[in-house]
Amino acid sequence: MAGIALRRLLGALPVLLIVSLITFALLRLIPGDPSSVIGGPSATADQLAQIRRNLGLDEPLPMQLVHWYAGLLQGNLGRSLLMGQGVVEVTFERLPVTLGLSLYALVITLVAGLASGIVAALRQNTWVDQLAMMVAMLGISVPNFFLGLLGIIFFAVKLGWLPTGGYVPFSQDPWEWFRTTTMPAVSLAMLQMGLLARITRSTMLEVLRQDYIRTARAKGLPGRQVVVKHALANALIPITTVIGIIVSLLISGSVVTETLFSIPGMGQLLTQAVLNRDYPMVQGGLLLTTVFLVLVNIMVDICYAFLDPRVRYDGK
Amino acid sequence: MPAGAPLEDELEVPERRQSPLRMTVVRLFRHQLFLSGLVLFGLIAVVGVLAPLLTDINPNKLGMRTRFQAPDAAFLFGTDNFGRSLWSRTVWGAQLSMMIGLSVVLLNAVFGTLIGALAGYFPRLDNVLMRVNDALMAFPAILLAIAITAVLGPSIVNAILALAIVYIPRTARIVRASVIVLREMEYVQAAIAAGAGHWRILRRHILPNAMAPLIVQLSFLFAYAVLSEATLSFLGLGAVPPTPTWGNIMAEGRQYMVEAPWIITIPGIALMITVMGLNLLGDGLRDVLDPRLRIQQ
Amino acid sequence: MSLLEVRGLTTAFRTERGEINAVEDITFDIDEGEILGIVGESGSGKSVTALTIMGLLPQPPARVAAGSVRFRGETLTGMSEPRLERIRGSGISMVFQEPMTSLNPVFTIGEQIMETVRAHEKATPRELRDRAVEMLDKVGIPSAAKRLGDYPHQLSGGQRQRVMLAIALACRPKLLIADEPTTALDVTIQAQVLDLLMDLRDEFGMAVMIITHNMGVIAETADRVLVMYAGRIVEQAPVVRLFERPEHPYTRGLLECVPTLEQDTERLAAIPGSLPEPGRRPPGCRFAPRCRWRIDACRTGLPPLVEQEPGHASACIRAAEIAAQIGAA
Repeated sequence: MAGIALRRLLGALPVLLIVSLITFALLRLIPGDPSSVIGGPSATADQLAQIRRNLGLDEPLPMQLVHWYAGLLQGNLGRSLLMGQGVVEVTFERLPVTLGLSLYALVITLVAGLASGIVAALRQNTWVDQLAMMVAMLGISVPNFFLGLLGIIFFAVKLGWLPTGGYVPFSQDPWEWFRTTTMPAVSLAMLQMGLLARITRSTMLEVLRQDYIRTARAKGLPGRQVVVKHALANALIPITTVIGIIVSLLISGSVVTETLFSIPGMGQLLTQAVLNRDYPMVQGGLLLTTVFLVLVNIMVDICYAFLDPRVRYDGK
Repeated sequence: MPAGAPLEDELEVPERRQSPLRMTVVRLFRHQLFLSGLVLFGLIAVVGVLAPLLTDINPNKLGMRTRFQAPDAAFLFGTDNFGRSLWSRTVWGAQLSMMIGLSVVLLNAVFGTLIGALAGYFPRLDNVLMRVNDALMAFPAILLAIAITAVLGPSIVNAILALAIVYIPRTARIVRASVIVLREMEYVQAAIAAGAGHWRILRRHILPNAMAPLIVQLSFLFAYAVLSEATLSFLGLGAVPPTPTWGNIMAEGRQYMVEAPWIITIPGIALMITVMGLNLLGDGLRDVLDPRLRIQQ
Repeated sequence: MSLLEVRGLTTAFRTERGEINAVEDITFDIDEGEILGIVGESGSGKSVTALTIMGLLPQPPARVAAGSVRFRGETLTGMSEPRLERIRGSGISMVFQEPMTSLNPVFTIGEQIMETVRAHEKATPRELRDRAVEMLDKVGIPSAAKRLGDYPHQLSGGQRQRVMLAIALACRPKLLIADEPTTALDVTIQAQVLDLLMDLRDEFGMAVMIITHNMGVIAETADRVLVMYAGRIVEQAPVVRLFERPEHPYTRGLLECVPTLEQDTERLAAIPGSLPEPGRRPPGCRFAPRCRWRIDACRTGLPPLVEQEPGHASACIRAAEIAAQIGAA
């Protein structure tokens, strides 16, 4: 297992290298002079030069690249123009909020997506199946911000059950955390839930057709054991591979959800950074989030190997 | 279905000899999901195309005396905080959504196919192209699009460019997968052995057979593009207000969502209809063209 | 009372063009310890018959439209799923054609044997393990105790079919249904697995229903033979009698191209034409279009299965003539 982890990590290095290069290039793609974009029309020549110096744009390109990688190796991604703090520090302040919300949404996604997908497959072509697939279709078709807005109107304003927005850290008051994050998490989870339900259904249908399911039934195993043990153990293998995609979509989605519900996480941070032309923050936030996702995918690969003995043994 | 499968195969009656294209079309039109998708998406597409005929009011025309009108006979969809007709804005929004979606799809069709075909056909290019591809796909889609529009500045064209950059690697990967399989087919190997040029082989033998998964991907892509652009607009990173994209209308209506919920609900429903229509179309196309294909991101 | 009694069994499938009978009016018995061979081309209804007996066909689209199956006096057709589950694997077991895909890839072979026993008997983990080792040993897997933790992908095709047999026999069933058990295997392995099957039959004393399209396999194993064509039994006889005095033209065709174990053909070249699709069966005798003995009368009405002599029945209106011709030759 350690061998697989190591091999996946090494395999991810080229991707990480290119990811960091793309992120580096991003700032240099700004049409015209970035300093004047950042400084605005009223900036003096001195201020512009100062901005250029701060961003390291006054150096020749190869030196900029050297500094970029030197910074990366030291865990230094520059300073946020808006907040004056280091990008890495700001990120680590905000990250737990986003992770908590995403984890909550991930749990909803997994429970609801797997359950409805499995039930739909077992009751193929019945009204249960059609209902589950209609909900899934709605999930992948309704934008999460629209869902969030409807939720606010209905549950917060009309019924007054939940707050319209805001955030209370879990460590401060778990119940309030739960109240402030439930609506965001549900609206965030719908897309992934729909996706997972559809994939789970088609995978289960495929697995239920397999010869070994017929063998399990021919052995006289109870129907429930055939489904839960024999079918699900196999269906989970391909389903695992989409977990990486699901986490990526959750992180993407949290940008909008956090902005909508005024939750002070990474997503809100990045939106504000973009709107305020805080380029180092955008750059650093994008890079850190992507590195995080690459690590998630490596973990997913390891789970995959764990679930599938064929991969586990070949990996030795 | 375990044991019935071979039997079902034998029960399959060969359809009457018809051109494959015609048979595909016939099957599509018998496919209920495809048809409902076509109706939903077709509705929005037609409204978008006919926008100049359907509206007599400029979507940006202010009307300070007609602010916050609920939908009624005079204003079919009501008005917003500036008294602009939401009917007019939503209809023009449909046109913008269609234009943006179509542009992203076309860019993907051209560049995704090109990159995918090169990578799949020339093993030497494969490594380089796919590494860059993998790296681009490692970024969370919307975040990368946001970062690109942040750099390029908010505008419709830049949103299209950003979404194209985000999704082309995903399209290229799908094309590459088909090309790799097709390249090893005997008839292609025979053509190579017979000395046919690479370009000719790709164009005549490989690409036509790689179309099915690509078409399915593009129909889902249209949905993502419309959805993502609405998201960018909603965040203030798409078209500059007062351009009547659905995302913009909803972003502006957000403040007034309690007093005037129709401002966000109407474009929201239009967006939902479009995306659902395209998803249903994609499902139908996948069932008919390429039953083996799984749900792609 | 026979061990298994099948009476007038008709299994229908729902299709887009209405219900179609996959097998029709099947009647036969299997006695304790007997080996019954069922032979026919693929699509003739052999597997559907077996799966109907096991209650393993998905319903819908399948449905037992008529007839009954009785096992040790109990009627299986229409029996509730939980009661059927108790009989499957312990009373009647089944091995399938595809050893490569019939074992679950994510569980060890030991687990797949033990769970069968666990489903039918009360046993301690220790006893389960011992039984699994014993079964692997009996089916000829060397150093069985060490192989319990192996996954199916670590075994060859022949070994997997041995494991399938170990699973099927773990609860000492009275009847084993073997559906093309050797078709997917290498020729040399085929003979080994057939030998093993015969040895196990002697040791466990169970009855076997062996399904094959290969007359060579029938000659090697069966006591009695059913020949099926297009969903119906066309001839039924003890094996020696069938090989010596076949009465149905289809059986004759099968015998004329007897593939040895070495040479195996799914489609039988000596009989021109192919099996009619279930939805497009000809009126009258279903074999008539391919039959060189056909006369006009063959087109009117299905020929009934008639017992010409005790234990030997065939469904051909010219059976006597054909048999006589063979006798003369």
